[in-house]
Amino acid sequence: MKTPSVVGYLDRLFAHAGEELTVRVSVLDPSRRYTAELVRMICGETGPKGPGLKEEKIAAGLAEQYEGIEQPTPVGSYAVVDRLPPLQAAEVSLLVWPTLPGRSAQTLVHLGALRLFLDASGAAALSLGEGTISTARPLRPCWWYRVTARYDPRTGAASVASSPFEGPHNDRRAASKGRLQRNARLNAPMHLAASPGPGGGTADHFYGKLESPRIRSGRLAAQWDFARGMGTTRIEETSRHRLHGRTVNAPKRAVTGSKWNGSIHDWRQDPSHYAAIHFHGDDLYDACWKPSFAIKLPRDLKSGFYAVKLRASGPAFYVGFIVSPGPRAKRAKLAVLASTVTYLAYANYRRRMTPGPFELAMGALPTVDMTDILLAEHPEFGNSTYDVHRDGFGVSHASIRRPLFNMRPGGRFWNFAMDLCLIDWLEHEGIAYDVITDHELHAEGAGLLKRYRAVMTGSHPEYYSLEMLNACDRFLAGGGRFLYMGGNGFYWRVTFPRAHPGMIELRRAEDGTRAWAEKPGQYYHATGEYGGLWLRLGRPPNALAGVGFIAQGFDASTYYRRTAASRDPRAAFLFESIGDEIIGDFGAWGDGAAGLEIDAFDDKLGSPRHALVVATSENHSNAFLLVNEEMASNSHGVDGTLNARVKANIVFFETPAGGAVFSTGSIAYVASLAHNGYDNNVARLTRNAVERFLDPKSFAVPPG
Amino acid sequence: MPEIDPKRLDLAAEYRAKPLGRHSPELQALLNVMRRAENCQDLILVSVEPGKWVLGQRLPDGEPPRLFTDKVFNRVEDGEWEAFRRRWRALAGEELKLP
Repeated sequence: MKTPSVVGYLDRLFAHAGEELTVRVSVLDPSRRYTAELVRMICGETGPKGPGLKEEKIAAGLAEQYEGIEQPTPVGSYAVVDRLPPLQAAEVSLLVWPTLPGRSAQTLVHLGALRLFLDASGAAALSLGEGTISTARPLRPCWWYRVTARYDPRTGAASVASSPFEGPHNDRRAASKGRLQRNARLNAPMHLAASPGPGGGTADHFYGKLESPRIRSGRLAAQWDFARGMGTTRIEETSRHRLHGRTVNAPKRAVTGSKWNGSIHDWRQDPSHYAAIHFHGDDLYDACWKPSFAIKLPRDLKSGFYAVKLRASGPAFYVGFIVSPGPRAKRAKLAVLASTVTYLAYANYRRRMTPGPFELAMGALPTVDMTDILLAEHPEFGNSTYDVHRDGFGVSHASIRRPLFNMRPGGRFWNFAMDLCLIDWLEHEGIAYDVITDHELHAEGAGLLKRYRAVMTGSHPEYYSLEMLNACDRFLAGGGRFLYMGGNGFYWRVTFPRAHPGMIELRRAEDGTRAWAEKPGQYYHATGEYGGLWLRLGRPPNALAGVGFIAQGFDASTYYRRTAASRDPRAAFLFESIGDEIIGDFGAWGDGAAGLEIDAFDDKLGSPRHALVVATSENHSNAFLLVNEEMASNSHGVDGTLNARVKANIVFFETPAGGAVFSTGSIAYVASLAHNGYDNNVARLTRNAVERFLDPKSFAVPPG
Repeated sequence: MPEIDPKRLDLAAEYRAKPLGRHSPELQALLNVMRRAENCQDLILVSVEPGKWVLGQRLPDGEPPRLFTDKVFNRVEDGEWEAFRRRWRALAGEELKLP
């Protein structure tokens, strides 16, 4: 019952053959020794009803053994001003909206030896060396205060005060005066929301929003305006001295500030309402580990799913990545579009390991493995976008620059591990394919897809940027063939903040099946894009794929039944050599191909009228609940035993440009492909679809 | 006062026969009581190696789950059944004994 004792990450989620990868490793095992292999992943851990783990070691010139260190991870966001003129007697003030006061001491401003902070009770306090003065009145959570401190180095005279903003139930002012040691130097750097810590790190991180820090000292009057430089790492100082600073570990910007009163919802309309930054002690953008070794990928390396497999004592830790074709590589006709953005959104998912009645939503106990337990033992590796921060606010950022605990063939049968079912099947069938990534799709657009005759998604392409969605639309408009091999795809908008390469931002706005809800006034990303469901942004998944998210349940899967429309001559190619009426009453996940998160046809949401619904699932369990975005208000009768809308549809339709779309409408579908030695009707249906989609002969939209 | 009827062994038998998948309305009502936040005991299934499972308890404040390693299950369904038995004991006030 051991956890892995070595972890690592790469500087990227995809690479090309011939490139060099930098691997960053932290060794928890006391021997500090570990092994590393490059492996091609063919199939993940499927459980007893699937083929099980398949991996292939690739010669990459790696050493037999490595020695490493346990690397520190500097978790927690803050801001720092590196340059300040010499200060004498000074007044420091700022606006403070604490979200977790009274749990531990939390620094607001650390300037030289002077520290303005919330003490362990949550009261504003000022300390210098051994001396501390405190207002002794804890600040209330989620209320704006002006906190002011004064200090005169010549006399040691000091004061601290907290003044609440006015409101119907506001707190009262509190202040304290005293004497601290004399002659302390108030010099740069100045830290906001953290104190300098041992080893060049930081400590005593603040949870909550800060706004408009000011320093008055002699003739200096410096003020930082967080409403400027939104979407950047800069904090801009407004005086002629231009004492700009920078944020570290991606605190959340474009959040409501002290002036916000509900009249503005788009920060671009009046940024002064958004002059705050929300800091968290558990934010992590960059773990900043030292490089441990490099891997030169062989020049002839096949495109696919790969991992650097690290092992000390205990189970191996897989550092997964994709090898996609380089710019001059010969391309296959078929591309598998790996959902790297969705993998990243789910990375380091801790929520399953926190208390709560999850089975009421899932229909089964949450399941984890010992690698997940290791994650739980290391809060410094950051959260997933399904988690909430320690202060209860949702996690909007996910970065690749840290260990990612789900880019592996085991653990939850989901994402990377589930998509390997598709890879395993393609390998078994001998169908030539490339693997390309969401990240490349975002950067390159439709041009990437147009290199292929057909593109198939993974099992759960949930998170999409506007650029990715537009690229798919353009691919179809140009006659591309698209196989959507999963469920709950094209669902949430994500953005790629330019100032933080490798990070995505997410705002769970308005509605949807949400792990948490974005706060009012904060529905616009720091990029200026309006967040939320693509359904609510006017780009429902049905318009792209013919189906959209309808229900989910995590206890057991079920099967599809062929429809009368499957007898339409247009769909004959799909059911060639299939005599069965029931499709997929087997599988490695839940004994059926229709399960987990499922999608349905809905022409009111943009599913094309000429689309053929060729199969429909039935007999879903009580655990399958209609998604809340499909109801105006809550009601009984929304589970799979009572609600006729709780079903997955397999859909086919042609596009005007001669292309076509095939959608399976279920995450569990790909886990059925290997059943009975890959000889089954799900595999046959998929093979029929892929073969026709790779045939250059044009499809035609039926007349009328 | 027990929140479930300890005489409804028929529901326990139904659950044991099929812990995952479609249930009768009465069994689902019982499960909904057992799975409420105050009754669920924050249980979790932990795969300690491929094909080997133990129950655990989810803990607050970011603490890692506590593992109950005295019983190792070869199937998820067996872990689900053990969770059911624990909750029955807590809610019915007596051990669940099925023929």
